[in-house]
Amino acid sequence: MATLEIRDLHVSVEADGTDKQILTGVDLTIRAGETHAIMGPNGSGKSTLAYAIAGHPKYTITSGTVTLDGEDVLAMSVDERARAGVFLAMQYPVEVPGVSVSNFLRSAATAIRGEAPKLRLWVKEQKEAMSRLEMDPAFSERSVNEGFSGGEKKRHEILQLELLKPKIAVLDETDSGLDVDALRVVSEGVNRVREGGETGVLLITHYTRILNYIKPDFVHVFVRGRIAESGGAELADELEANGYAKYGVETAATPGRSLPTSPVLPGVVTTA
Amino acid sequence: MASSDSATAMQVALSTERDALKATGGVMDGAIATNVKPSTPRRPAGESPADVRPERLRSADPDAFGVPTGREEEWRFTPLARVKPLFDAVPGAAAGLDARIEGEQDGVSFGPVADGDPLLDGLPLPADLLSARAASAPGSTTALRIDKAAELTEAVVVNLTATGDAVLFGHLVIEVGEQARATVVLDHTGDARYVGKTSVLLGDGASLDLVSVQSWGETAVHSEHLAFQVGRDARLRSTQVTLGGSLVRVLETVDFTGPGGDVELRGVSFADDGQHLEHRLLVDHSVPKCRSRVTYKSALQGDQAHTVWIGDVLIRAAAEGTDTYELNRNLLLTPEARADSVPNLEIETGEIAGAGHASATGRFDDEQLFYLQARGIPADVARRMVVRGFFAEVVESIGVPALEERLMATIETELERAFS
Repeated sequence: MATLEIRDLHVSVEADGTDKQILTGVDLTIRAGETHAIMGPNGSGKSTLAYAIAGHPKYTITSGTVTLDGEDVLAMSVDERARAGVFLAMQYPVEVPGVSVSNFLRSAATAIRGEAPKLRLWVKEQKEAMSRLEMDPAFSERSVNEGFSGGEKKRHEILQLELLKPKIAVLDETDSGLDVDALRVVSEGVNRVREGGETGVLLITHYTRILNYIKPDFVHVFVRGRIAESGGAELADELEANGYAKYGVETAATPGRSLPTSPVLPGVVTTA
Repeated sequence: MASSDSATAMQVALSTERDALKATGGVMDGAIATNVKPSTPRRPAGESPADVRPERLRSADPDAFGVPTGREEEWRFTPLARVKPLFDAVPGAAAGLDARIEGEQDGVSFGPVADGDPLLDGLPLPADLLSARAASAPGSTTALRIDKAAELTEAVVVNLTATGDAVLFGHLVIEVGEQARATVVLDHTGDARYVGKTSVLLGDGASLDLVSVQSWGETAVHSEHLAFQVGRDARLRSTQVTLGGSLVRVLETVDFTGPGGDVELRGVSFADDGQHLEHRLLVDHSVPKCRSRVTYKSALQGDQAHTVWIGDVLIRAAAEGTDTYELNRNLLLTPEARADSVPNLEIETGEIAGAGHASATGRFDDEQLFYLQARGIPADVARRMVVRGFFAEVVESIGVPALEERLMATIETELERAFS
């Protein structure tokens, strides 16, 4: 059983020439088969946690450890972490012009599995995975994320999750910008991976909406760079009712409470 | 995004350089970082912007052109020491590249043209001293003729090669008859010092895909004027692929002789240590209702790697209904490389369908690298995928599969060197 252990993690990011501390001591253990939801207001450091685990060069680990089955994740390069079994579904997947989805997926599968999947079997595997996510087969000939709608990008992320079968999957605001249909399709994809029992899921979200589709085993409230409270699924219901006010943050945990839509990123709901 | 798009500017000159990128730290956008710093071209103090406009002298007479000093707008980016042997040489008789055509097809003829042949009248005129010498050298002309209304099913491949220190002059005329359709590949190999002019005549309603590949060896020096004359309702797609050579400088000019012309000029180049690869374009919209699209991409790596792209588009007063857009993208794989990019649009009428340009020069996009690595793909493989993707748009639409494969393989080899 794979286990990701995060101990006393402190992370800073360089902004305007000074180091800004974002994570201030995160402790979390995720085991294969478990689903943990991390909820918190914007700016609390949720995404920083996701990117720090994946190894984005922008973030500096100032202290603490992250291990996967005892192996030091922080000592690994980004691609080594992925090959060790860490997967990050990104909130804003990057466009890679000129690289087709099929080429990208096969290259990733080759890297993760350690050998190129047999072409005929691979084509079938990819086709079936795409069909489960209600994706048009023509999708595979498009350039990675180029011109994709918000929903298409997220389906594409979950497609990779299903094909790459990681030990630990970090889903960074996968629900943002999705309409109800896309949210259902994407959630079903995540649930299929959970049912396999081989993957631990860290679901980062601002809202409780996605938790109607993906039932977490644990809910953690993330405030000011650390976990302020942990509990079961009932903690999400409490956040739904009361927001983050009890943690000293004036913001809602459910959409529809007159939260403005960002003018910069259409379809992404943010709070002021 | 710091690229520029212009629909109405009467004259716009932009220059993008490594120095500008450094100064601002680089801004990432999409495939590549972009950083276009609008700046006035380097010119002596006291000149007005109107003087920036290239002279655009066209003449068959070599004596009409002076020997450049390096201060001219047309020559200011070119390392003159390396092209000096070309200027010092005197054209000899019948000394061009070894030119051979692969296979035979109905409707295609290929061979030398005698001095005084009527074909030589009415060709698009040379635009500089070197091309004037190439076109006027005795016995220098070879012609590839495609008959009227011929519909060629196979690409016509012309292999052009030579090796040695002697400076060679050659003039190739490609005549595509009215309503004919053809694909022509000019494949340059060897290690020559070569001055060429290629005159391309498209008859009314003709359609030509021309691919010119500069796969020169490391010491080759090549100056070329590729002069297109596009007939009424004719369609041209030109693709320049410049990978080899110490110095390659290609000038493409497009003259329209009737309305309805549709021209795409595309190019890719990959500059390594010490290579100077220069592509200059002049699309002269002098008649109504023609369309032009320009897409040039270059990748650079290593010390003293230098690419130059100059895109001049002129829309004359008579050219109402013109539709034009030009795009240049440069990808700096290592910090020492330098890309100069100068789009230049002059518009003398407001009655146009559209006119614009975009130029972006930047470093490798680290976010793309992160995304691919986060899927387990090692950094070197990821870099190759991104650069391959950068070129794929142009190379994989050439339409000659064997050539596409060969070119992508050559690009892969260059990348192996880059990331090894």
